Amino acid sequence: MTLDHRQHLSSPVRELVQTAVYPIHLVVNLPFEIGDYASERLKGRHTLLEENARLRNQHLLYEARLQRLDQLERENIRLQGLLDSSYEVEEAVLIAELLRVDLDPYRHIIKVDKGSRHGVFAGQPVLDAQGVMGQVDTISRSSAVVRLITDPSHALPVQVNRNGLRAIAFGGGNLRELELPHLPNNADIRTGDLLVTSGLGGGFPSGYPVARVTQVTREPGHPFARVIAEPTAELDRSREMLLVRTRVRSDDDDEAPEQEDTASENGISGSGS
Amino acid sequence: MTLAPRRGGTAIFGSILIAYVLTVVPLPEWARLARPEWVALVLIYWCMAVPHRVGAVTAFLAGLGQDALQGTLLGQHALAYVILAFVVVKLHQRIRVYPLGQQAVVVLVLLAMVHLIQFWINGLVGRPMPGAIYWLPPLIGTLVWPWLFVIMRGVRRYYGVQ
Repeated sequence: MTLDHRQHLSSPVRELVQTAVYPIHLVVNLPFEIGDYASERLKGRHTLLEENARLRNQHLLYEARLQRLDQLERENIRLQGLLDSSYEVEEAVLIAELLRVDLDPYRHIIKVDKGSRHGVFAGQPVLDAQGVMGQVDTISRSSAVVRLITDPSHALPVQVNRNGLRAIAFGGGNLRELELPHLPNNADIRTGDLLVTSGLGGGFPSGYPVARVTQVTREPGHPFARVIAEPTAELDRSREMLLVRTRVRSDDDDEAPEQEDTASENGISGSGS
Repeated sequence: MTLAPRRGGTAIFGSILIAYVLTVVPLPEWARLARPEWVALVLIYWCMAVPHRVGAVTAFLAGLGQDALQGTLLGQHALAYVILAFVVVKLHQRIRVYPLGQQAVVVLVLLAMVHLIQFWINGLVGRPMPGAIYWLPPLIGTLVWPWLFVIMRGVRRYYGVQ
């Protein structure tokens, strides 16, 4: 059975069993749900008005920024088209809510309330308002398990926003830490650099913030620098998250070079370890 | 035995369900690593009290449910619980007559065995190894056992499970 699963033969079985235990998760989540509902209901009118005004302002601000972004994106698509390269376009976003249940304490996985019924698929990127949270691991009919980027078995291709330097961010089992091994000592990376998804590997759309570099240690004796980054997403606090579905906007011929690129990237990481 | 009415199926099923709920109910960060394996404890009790009704099959199904619940590899708890049920059913006549304290020691060994199997499977799959704190849940489970035993005995008598 265990081997079965390693070969991913039993995913329909898993989906079925997971759907069967979903009510238990719901029952556990229920008291929290009621608590939230009550606190929302009992909020004073004044607080609500204040919040409303604040949100309205924020909305206006974002709207204005979005207008410029739209235009920039179109321009970008046009330029990428000139270069004959593929460009990912965001297609559908699904908002999922966290179910407050404890899963395996030694892995960073969380459960959300959207599943295959809502079009979620394994490997789908999960974001929150601040950045990348993780990807969908296993799914059932109406819930899904999300593996966070800090899980010890998770790796994410990233690039430095400032200069496009590529790297791979590994989870280290600590919620506030990502590691970037395999970066040479003379790599141009500094504390405070923003890391964004590079889109290599095909799993994640490019350009979403992942983490901020907090520590770069260069030891002359070692071939690689020790780089630690802190995820920008609030991995342990966000309750609502976005499940993104992307689509590559170009012909199928264009996908080949990208895949090649990915392979070479993997090769680099392999030889480094 | 074959003629005895099979009552109390709901009690067995319900107790396993409650164990599931206890398994996933959120705990504060410091207590998360100390959560005892409730399902294993409940299974030990039923295998010991009514070995002709709860055995490897129930344990297997309960383990599958546990795997789905925790998002672990499908079958790793199932395997551990089947072995657990086998041992308990084999030894049930002995464990039954032990005083509570001695029973708790046996339970410690059984829980440690379940944990060891998990540990092996996690190792095989290549999950990173946690430290010594990994072995805390069996100890907590042992401390919980006397209370659980008394409660479960009450449940069994109330529902007339035999």
